[in-house]
Amino acid sequence: MFYIIIPAYNEEKTIGRVISGLFENGYNHVVVVDDGSTDGTAKEAERAGAVVLRHIINRGQGAALQTGDEYALAHEAEAVVHFDADGQFDAADVAPALAAMHVARAEMVMGSRFMDRRSLVPFSKKYFLLPIARVINFLFTGIWLSDAHNGFRILSKNALRKIKITQDGMAHNSDVVRQVKKHGLKFIEHPVLVVYREYGQGLGGGIKILWDLLFAKLT
Amino acid sequence: MYLIQIFLVLFFFFAILKVAGRYRASELSLSAAIAWTVFWLAAAVIVIAPNSTAYFAKIFGIGRGADLVVYLSLALIFFIIFRLMVKVEKLNKEITLLVRQMALKNKDLK
Repeated sequence: MFYIIIPAYNEEKTIGRVISGLFENGYNHVVVVDDGSTDGTAKEAERAGAVVLRHIINRGQGAALQTGDEYALAHEAEAVVHFDADGQFDAADVAPALAAMHVARAEMVMGSRFMDRRSLVPFSKKYFLLPIARVINFLFTGIWLSDAHNGFRILSKNALRKIKITQDGMAHNSDVVRQVKKHGLKFIEHPVLVVYREYGQGLGGGIKILWDLLFAKLT
Repeated sequence: MYLIQIFLVLFFFFAILKVAGRYRASELSLSAAIAWTVFWLAAAVIVIAPNSTAYFAKIFGIGRGADLVVYLSLALIFFIIFRLMVKVEKLNKEITLLVRQMALKNKDLK
C-alpha cells in the first residue's frame, strides 16, 4: 500500500482538486495532515475522501510530514509519497517515480524540477535562490542535488523507519537528506513537474531555513 | 549621591522584593532567588560606590571600571540568551510532539 502524505496549511481552494487528482491516478490512501489551518482545508479534504489528521495548532510543514509518516508507518505502508497541497505538483508524476525507485532499488526518491524541461521556474528562483540553496544543502548534508527544497519525495518502508523529521519548519528537506546520508540509504532524483502559481519560499524563507539548520547544528 | 544612584538603588531594592515574592509563591527556586539577590546587591554596591569597579578593572587589565561592568554584562547576557534559545527550541519540539499525539489519537477515535 502506498500512502500519499499531504501536509496542508490553509489550502481549502486547492486541496480538493489535489486529492481527486491522486484518486484518479489510482492512489487510494491519501492522508492530509491539516497543520492548524484556519480555513476549511480539513473539511474540504474530508469531503474529497482523504484521511485527515488535524494538528490543532500550526507546527510547520516538517512537523506535518512527520505526523503523516508516523500514521503511515502504523498502518503498514510499503512506501509513502510526500505531495504538496497547493496543486503545483502533477499526480501523474508519482507512477514513473515509483517505477524508477523500484528499478534502481532505491529507498528514497527526491523530485527535481531541473532534470527535464517541463517546469518553468521563476527567474530569480532558478538563477539566484536555488543555486545558493543547493550550496547550503551541500554544506549541511554533503550531498549535491539538482534541486533544493522540492516537496516531492518517496520513502520506502525502511527509509520511513529510519528517518525521523526533526525540523518542524521548512528546513525538513535538508534534514531528510542529511539523515538519508547518515543511514547510508540509496536515493535517486527523478524529474517532476512544478507549476508555479505562487512564488513559494523567497529570500526571507531561505534565510529562516538557513538559520534553523545552523541553530540545529550548533545546539 | 546623584539622583541616578538613588533611583537605581530604589529600583534594585524593589527588584529584590520581587525576587522574594516570586520565591514565596514557589515560582522561583531557592538557589535562583539567592543568585538574583546577590546580583541585585552587587549592582547596588557598584551604583553606590562606582569606584569599587576600578579596583577589579585594574586586576583584569582594563582601563575603567565601567568598561569591565559592560564587558562582563555582555558576556553574561549572551550566555543567558543562548540558554533561553535552546530552551525555547526544546519547548517548541515538545509542543509539536503533543500536537502530533493528539492528531494521531483523535484519528483513531473517529
